[in-house]
This record gives sequence, structure tokens and C-alpha cells, in this order.
Amino acid sequence: MTSLLETRNITQRFSGLTANSNVSISVGRGEIVGLIGPNGAGKSTLFNLIAGAFRPTEGTIIFDGEDVTDLPAAERCQRGIGRTFQVVKSFESMTVIENVIVGALVRNTVMREARRKAHEVLQFCGLDARADVRASDLVPSEKRRLEVARALATEPKLLLLDEVLTGLTPVESQKGVELVRRVRDTGITVLMVEHVMEIVMPLVDRAVVLDLGKVLLEGKPTEVVRDPKVITAYLGDRHAVGA
Amino acid sequence: MTAETIIQSLASGLLMGLLYGLIAVGLALIFGLMDVVNFAHGEFLMIAMYATFFLFAYFALDPLLAAPIVAAALFIFGAVVYLFIVRFAVRAKANTGMVQIFSTFGLAVLMRGLAQYFFTPDYRSITTSWLGGKTISIGGIYLPEPQLVGALIAIAAFAGLYFFINRTDFGRALEATREDAGAVALVGIDKNRVFALGWGLGAALVGLAGAVMAIFFYVFPDVGASFATIAYVTVALGGFGSVFGAFAGGIIVGLVEAVTTLVLPASLKTVGIYGVYLLIVFIRPRGLFGSI
Amino acid sequence: MDKAFASRRRRDLIVAACITAVAALVPLFVKDVYVQNIMVLTLMYAALSQSWNILSGYCGQISLGHALYFGLGAYTTALLYTKFGVLPWFGMLAGGLVSAVIAMALGYPCFRLGGHYFVIATIVIAEIALVLFQNWDWAGAALGIDIPVRHDSWLTFQFTRSKLPYFYFALVLAGIAWFVTWWLEDSKWGYWWRAVKDNPVAAESLGVVVFNSKMGAAAVSAFLVAIGGAFYAQFVSYIDPESVMGFQFSLLMALPAVLGGIGTLWGPMLGAVILIPLTELTRSYIGGSGRGVDLIVYGGLIIAISLARPQGLVSLFARKPKPVAAVVKEAVAS
Repeated sequence: MTSLLETRNITQRFSGLTANSNVSISVGRGEIVGLIGPNGAGKSTLFNLIAGAFRPTEGTIIFDGEDVTDLPAAERCQRGIGRTFQVVKSFESMTVIENVIVGALVRNTVMREARRKAHEVLQFCGLDARADVRASDLVPSEKRRLEVARALATEPKLLLLDEVLTGLTPVESQKGVELVRRVRDTGITVLMVEHVMEIVMPLVDRAVVLDLGKVLLEGKPTEVVRDPKVITAYLGDRHAVGA
Repeated sequence: MTAETIIQSLASGLLMGLLYGLIAVGLALIFGLMDVVNFAHGEFLMIAMYATFFLFAYFALDPLLAAPIVAAALFIFGAVVYLFIVRFAVRAKANTGMVQIFSTFGLAVLMRGLAQYFFTPDYRSITTSWLGGKTISIGGIYLPEPQLVGALIAIAAFAGLYFFINRTDFGRALEATREDAGAVALVGIDKNRVFALGWGLGAALVGLAGAVMAIFFYVFPDVGASFATIAYVTVALGGFGSVFGAFAGGIIVGLVEAVTTLVLPASLKTVGIYGVYLLIVFIRPRGLFGSI
Repeated sequence: MDKAFASRRRRDLIVAACITAVAALVPLFVKDVYVQNIMVLTLMYAALSQSWNILSGYCGQISLGHALYFGLGAYTTALLYTKFGVLPWFGMLAGGLVSAVIAMALGYPCFRLGGHYFVIATIVIAEIALVLFQNWDWAGAALGIDIPVRHDSWLTFQFTRSKLPYFYFALVLAGIAWFVTWWLEDSKWGYWWRAVKDNPVAAESLGVVVFNSKMGAAAVSAFLVAIGGAFYAQFVSYIDPESVMGFQFSLLMALPAVLGGIGTLWGPMLGAVILIPLTELTRSYIGGSGRGVDLIVYGGLIIAISLARPQGLVSLFARKPKPVAAVVKEAVAS
């Protein structure tokens, strides 16, 4: 089975700074993959490159067998890549359901259908009761869920989650983890950037660790977490165990 | 058209350009400080010109002497405008961009109406002044004295502004507030005070320009409108957020205006300036030196 | 939930129909020509502002140069009629199409510009067009075009003895502008525009091609405004660059929307109904010789609204927000 997403030799340079260097990763259909690494590792850059925020300096991105490297974000969404933003970007003047309808319109051009789909997604994400509330009136955790709901409404094949679990209370994180599992259960592949190890590791099937713009390691979460190279990357040399 | 005429034209264009720069830099300062375009900027110029005129009419004060007084008065006016109008406009939670545009726009319309009401629409002019109507010859080129002195004042003002922003404590506070208005409170800087002073400074600079321009331009309620558009174009051309950009933009606009008058009929003068603005901004969507 | 929405939509439509019906009867009772004139202008500005609102309110691209399209509509009609004998009805459509095309052509470079750069570009483009028309001899240059009024006729859309036909046309135009807005509000385009206004980056990530949606809004907006301009040309029978492309029109198209509520369905209508009669009355009773009183009223009003009620006056009619306790309860439950 071919992978759903493949990045090949991605290098991204911003005037003088190399954020990503020769990064090649792949995400298989139906997987939940975690993209982790210390600050400045290049996770966000890679994430944004996959989402289509800008073009890579070098390298290609293959999605569902198609080279999408030159496609802008809107077209990637049409191909099936959905994403959330780390700093939530709700449509503040619109209500919750209206926010989600915008997403639903990608695949449902008839308004009635888009509205129905939006309700479906809101129910799935547990936000249906807040459907007519203005996005600006939501509490932060609800706004996060709205981000996810909106992206889900575009009926993606691959959902990119940008630190959706960071900074939540334990109760909220648990709900968030359940949501991600339910998303995968519907057949959507998930690639998530995360910081909070304890929450992410039990959730993902595979983890890819970035450090200083390169892929350091990838593998099962249990293995990755114990790898001395990873520990060094996060905590520094003094903490390396049996290197 | 001889080489002489062209040089003559460019020279006056340069002088006028420096004056345009002086008018625009206040706008650039305010924008750089708090991301607000003062759509009443032309009207600030207008009242500065009226103030200069009245100081002349009632106290026989030469515009050059009146200039510092007018600048000071405009300083206070600018600070007041911030404290009583703009401060509330930027707090709006809905449609922030539009509120900001329309509140200063409303002020512009209001000021123009007040000017028409109190001063009548009549054109005024300062009939006798030290520099009015005189020209000086430098290297064979005849330069009108008011514009020449105005240009020198503009250069001095720019130099002073540069020094002020980069070398004084307040200037640094200005920069800091510009970068992160929320954070400066943590170091004891009162953001409102900085903004008010920023507005005052921006207005004072326009005040200087107005005092000089009153020497050789007619003063009437709508006079601000024509210069306002040039000011916006100047700032945008140079790039919002850059004080230096306003300076450079002014010079470009002055020169373009001079060149356009040489090759096109006078009525198409503005087309040249506006055309250049569009050209520059289509190629560089943030103007020449813009950071925002 | 959907039932509430559908009924709200229906209610808007019914209210609009009732208002139109009532408005249609007004001229039968109000015979004063001066007042009728104000009513015609009010309806015209309502239509213009409603159309402006599509691009600048819903889609968030603030244009202060819409007088360009108004003028293009006026000139296209006037030129086609005086030079080629084309009836104003066709001239109107032609004007609308010309404006829509030009709006898109200008949009191509302009929509790349952000915020303030864009607004200034719109102002500047309209000014350039004004100056060009002032120097275009074939189009009458600064002297403009006189539309010869021969006899009252719906064919040539000219009436000398009564303002009523103009009134009804303006009413229909306002109605169309309102209806188009109502229709687009609950359509793909309407949602895209609002998304683009609130957060273009997020909109892109949801499959919205931001550029195309801006172009669509620009075209629709320009088309309708141009028809308004064509109407105006027939109404006043004489146009010149300053009188149809001047900045004051760009302002007058924006202000009713700002006053009533930008980006809302009823805002521009409400704003026009308040602002235009107010303007005309202050101008005649106090203003007189251009003494600026109308400007003082305008300016004061704009400042007051922008600061006190930036969402516009329509927000006064909005449903009351739920009490805090209920909101908190809901949040905890979900």
C-alpha cells in the first residue's frame, strides 16, 4: 500500500536560515503520525510546507500519488489536505455553524447540503449545542475544537493538526485525544505536531522526530522516547543515557 | 525645452518633494506607531495654514516666526485628537479596520465643515512676508525662497526626528511601543502617553509644513484635501512603517510631479503621481521600504 | 436550528416586500416635488451603498473609489445615447458590464495589496479616471455631456413633468440591490466573502480561492453601482466628470453602510434613509451657501457612530444576547 503523503528531500531556506534540511517522511493511510522535536526543530515549517502555505526551496511533496508541491493551499484542501492553525484562526464575526459551513462548501456546493454536513461535523466534535454562538464568544478550548471541526467539514483524507492538544486542562486533553481517535476511526489519516509527550505518545502509531531541521529518528513511540539521541536533542548532552 | 528648463523643473520638484516629505512623515510616524492611518492629516495641514494666516493677519507675524508657534499648537491638537477620538477607535472589537478609517475620516469632514463655517470658503493669502515671492539664484538655477527654506526645514526636521527616535529615551519608548504596545506596560511605559505624544509629534511636523506652505499657497477650507492624497500616496509609496520611506517617497513624488508637468498638460499632473504610486505598489505591494 | 434560520430568512423577505409596498404608495400621498426629489436620491443612495457593501462590507475590501463605477455607468449611458442613439436601457446594461470588467481588470493587480495600500489605490484610481475624463474631448471633457430631453418617455427613460417614474425605478433598483445581497448572503459566495474578510489565510486552508472571491464581489458590486450611475445620468440629464466621478460619491456610497452597519443586510438601507434626508435638509435649511453645516453634521455623525456603535445602527435591532448564566451552563455541559 502506497503512503498517503510523502515528502521527498524537503529543504526550506529563509534568508540565511535553513529551517528544514533534506526531510523525507511518509505517512501511511489510516495512521496517526506524530511530528515531534524540540523548539526550533523545523516542525512548523514542515507542517506549513505540507499544508501549502509556501513552496519549499527544494524537494517535492507527493499526496495521494500526485505531486502537489506547486499547488497553493486552497487547491491542496480541495485535494484532501485539511489543517488547523496553532494560533486559532476562527472567523470571529461568524457563528460556529457558519464557520464550519465555510469548510463544508468545498465538497457540498448546495447550501442545504453544506448546512447538514456542518451540523453532522459539529455533533461529531461535540459543538452542536453551540452552533449559533458567535466564534468570538467561545472559550479557548471550544475554539480549538472549532478549528478541527472546520477542517473536518472539508472531508479531508489527511488532517494536519498543529498543536491542538497544547495548553489544555487534563480533562480537555482527554477529550481532545478521544476526538483524534474518532477522527482516525472514520478513515482519516492524521499528522499531528505536538509538544506534550505524555499525551501524544499513547495516541500516535508512529513518531517522527525532527531536530535542527533534519529527521533525527522515526519509529514506534515507545522506542523513540527511549532513544538517547532524542533525549539529547530535547534535554542536552548531560542527560544522555548510555550514548 | 532646454536642459536648463529641465534642471530648473527638477530642482523645484525636489524642493517641493522635501516639503511633501515633511507633510507625509507625520503620517508615517503615526502609522508606524499604532497602525492607524490618519485620514484627517490633510485637515491638520489646513488648520496649520489657517493658524499661520491668522497670526499674520492679526499680529503681523511672519510665517517663519509663526512656524514654531503653529507647530506647538498642532502638537497639542494632535495629542488631543488621539486622547479624545483615536484612543477609543482602536478599542473597537468589531470591524476594527473600518472603525479606524472612518473615525479619522469623520474628523476630516468635521474639520472641513467647521473651517467652512467659521472661516468661510474664501481664499486667503499672506500678502507680505520675508520670503514670499522672492527667488534666489544658486548656480544659475532660480529657486523660490519659500520652497527652499521649506526644504531646508524639512531636512532639519528629518534629521531631528532621526536623532530623536534613535538616540533619546523617549524615541526608544516610541519604538518599543510600536513593536509591542501590550508589553511596554510591563516596563512602566504608559502606552497612551506614548501614543498621544506620537500623535502630537506627527501633527507638529505637519504644522511646520503648513506654516511654510501658507507663504506661497492660498489658504481655504478644502486645501487639505489635495495635499492629503499626496501625503497618503507618499507614505504608501515609501512603505508604511518607514519614516525614511516617507522622506524618500516625498522626493520621488516631488520629482515625478515636476517631470509630469514638463511633458503632460498641467491638468494631468496628478495622473503622473498616482500612476507612479500604482506602478510601485503593484511591483512591491509594501511600497519601497515598507515593513507593514 | 435550521427551522429558526429558514424562518429568519423568510421574515427578511416578507419585511422587505412590505416595506417596498408601503414605499410604493408614498408618492401618492407626498406630492411636494422637493420631498420627492429627496426620496429618489435616498433610494438611489440606498441602492448604491447596498452594492458597495457587497465588496467592502461582506468581502471586507474597503473601496473609497467606487465613484469610478458610478461615473462609468453614467458616461456609458450618456455617450451611447447622445453619440449613437442607443436607448438608455441598453446603455445601462452596457455600463454595468463595462464596470464589472474594469473592476476585475483593476482587481487583478489591486487585490494583491493589503489593507491601507488597497484603499489608497482605489482612491487614486478613481482620481486618475476623473482627470482622464476631464481631458477626454470626445466625452465632453470638463464640460460634460448634456442629455437632450425631448419628451416624456419610458423608452428613452426621460421624464420632465413628474419625478414618479424615477422614484419607482430607484425603488426597484434598491430592491434589486437588497435582494441580490439577501440571496448571496446564504450562498457559497456570501460565506466565502465573509471568510475572506475575517481571515483570508484560514479561508485558503478551507479551500476558498481568495482571489477569485474578491473578483466576484468586485464585479457584482461594480455592475450594480454602474446601473445606479446610469440612472443618475437620466435623472439629472447632465453629467460632467466632477459631478459623477467625484470623491464625494465614493464617500456617499460608503457612509450609509458605515452608519447603518457594514456587512449587514439592512445596514446600508437604514443608513441611507437616515443620512440622505438629513444631509439634504441640513443643506437647504441651514447650509445654504456652502457654509459647511452639512459637513459638520456628517462628520460628527460618522465619528459618533464609529466610536459608539461600530457595528452600525442595525445592531440596535438585533436579538438580545443570552444572559451570562445560560451561556456558562451551556459551555460546561458540552
